[in-house]
Amino acid sequence: MPKIQTNGLGLWYGGFHALKNVNAGFEANKITAIIGPSGCGKSTLLRVFNRMNDLIEGVRIEGDVLIDGSNIFDMRTDLVTLREKVGMVFQRPNPFPLSIYENIVFGVRVHNGRVKRDKLDEAVEQSLKSVLLWDELKDRLDKPALRLSLEQKQRLCIARLIAVRPDVLLMDEPCSTLDPQATARIEELMRELKASYTIIIVTHNMQQAARVSDDTGFMLLGELIEFGRTEAIFTAPRDKRTEDYITGRYG
Amino acid sequence: MVVRKVKEFIIEKLILICGIASIFFVLLIFLFLAKEGLAVFKIVSPSSFLGGKSWYPISEPPQLGILPLILGSAIVTLGAAVISVPIGVGCAIYIAEIAPLKIKEVLKAGIELLAAIPSVVLGFIGMVTLVPMVKNVFHLPTGLTALSGSIMLAFMAMPTIVSIAEDALYSVPKTYKEGAFALGATHWQTIWRVMLPAASSGILAAVMLGIGRVIGETMAVMMITGNSAVIPQSILVPVRTLTATIAAEMGEAVVGSEHYFALFAIGIVLFVISFAINVTADLFLHKRQ
Ligand SMILES: Nc1ncnc2c1ncn2[C@@H]1O[C@H](COP(=O)(O)OP(=O)(O)OP(=O)(O)O)[C@@H](O)[C@H]1O
Ligand SMILES: [Mg+2]
Repeated sequence: MPKIQTNGLGLWYGGFHALKNVNAGFEANKITAIIGPSGCGKSTLLRVFNRMNDLIEGVRIEGDVLIDGSNIFDMRTDLVTLREKVGMVFQRPNPFPLSIYENIVFGVRVHNGRVKRDKLDEAVEQSLKSVLLWDELKDRLDKPALRLSLEQKQRLCIARLIAVRPDVLLMDEPCSTLDPQATARIEELMRELKASYTIIIVTHNMQQAARVSDDTGFMLLGELIEFGRTEAIFTAPRDKRTEDYITGRYG
Repeated sequence: MVVRKVKEFIIEKLILICGIASIFFVLLIFLFLAKEGLAVFKIVSPSSFLGGKSWYPISEPPQLGILPLILGSAIVTLGAAVISVPIGVGCAIYIAEIAPLKIKEVLKAGIELLAAIPSVVLGFIGMVTLVPMVKNVFHLPTGLTALSGSIMLAFMAMPTIVSIAEDALYSVPKTYKEGAFALGATHWQTIWRVMLPAASSGILAAVMLGIGRVIGETMAVMMITGNSAVIPQSILVPVRTLTATIAAEMGEAVVGSEHYFALFAIGIVLFVISFAINVTADLFLHKRQ
């Protein structure tokens, strides 16, 4: 059974039909890429999985999204628990204007109330190690996170998520503000994290999708046109529109 | 062509003159204040002026210690800050983050209205409502106390604090909020742990400007704080502030007398305090950008 399964998922922003009948299964311990031209609904789809669209007024959703078999729109689903399980990395790294340390323990504190200092220290060390920032930053954990480089900020945002021990990492164009070297290193990190998480990445960059992902979904105008193994999508697309997109005919 | 150029030139110079004039006038006022005020130090030393415990400007010889006045201003201001800061910041949080659109508009209009009430009118209302209330609640011989002044000044500081703190909260990038929500934080946790720290310098500036407003206020304070120039032992006794002293006594002080110079010196003290507060507020505001 896939970690995340969508059944007949549709979404409206007021009168605008942004997602149309999306059916897909996202496997655990795999990286799934979502590609498609600007405005096709990639971010919208991603934001369904941790219900970030709840913040936007006038959003209406139909269909089901099952995570580990239970519907996230169920009244019994607690938003806080859902977001503990399903974390999100944004396009622009958005560390809080707090110290590096406080950024990482933020989620831990939110979910566990009062936590002993050594537990927090441990969480900071582990999560910084898992994003390969520990050696760089261990001596300046009390420095403001806003002073870090873009790449470090994005790593920190990933570390901040990992500290909460989620199952799913949603990444919305996590490398779009980074240079090619930094991008390559973040991709490397994603491959390492794959062993422990279900990763879904939205990207504009088809090479990136081809490089890191196991599965790929191609979206167009709110529809999921094609979904399958990444090699299949890129070498033998079944749909004409997918082929046009990956051969660069959509811009 | 030429006419247009000449026109441009004249307008430019006129604006320049306006700019220079405003600086010139400020300088002139400052020089006048300094000249009249510093003269008092020929009679009393700065330390016995600032630290002297009695203010009897028309006794013979005059006693020109303004410590009771400084403490009067301080206690009224402190009281006002203690009341207005939590309420003002709370209100700003409510408006910026929680209130539904309709209520938000009503609240903002209400706060603008509060800012528009002339201070004499507030003082007057305070005199007939607040003063008897304070008297009855605390069983005091008179309700004309520092506390009454504090409560009323809190109302005057509130609009400043609310509107600037609200601006500060609005200008916190939305991405912080999203990030916090995405980590599972509740709305309140997001406000408390992310929004407030992010807006802290703006909020501090709001508080400083609110306090600046309070320290400079004169009429209303004079009307309801009882005007007794003694060192206050608590917030429930009549006090006299620096501003009220100038306003009340300037009319009777003989030009060129020690009393007259002393009042100008009080003006300098007020100027220095306000200036320091404004500069601090400015520093906080710029730190934000
Ligand atoms: N809050 C909103 N209100 C109304 N319409 C919205 C809102 N957010 C997005 N949309 C619309 O929904 C469509 C899909 O938006 P979405 O952000 O999901 O696209 P995207 O595929 O992520 O695009 P990009 O590649 O540019 O990030 C777009 O047409 C967009 O204009
Ligand atoms: Mg997007």
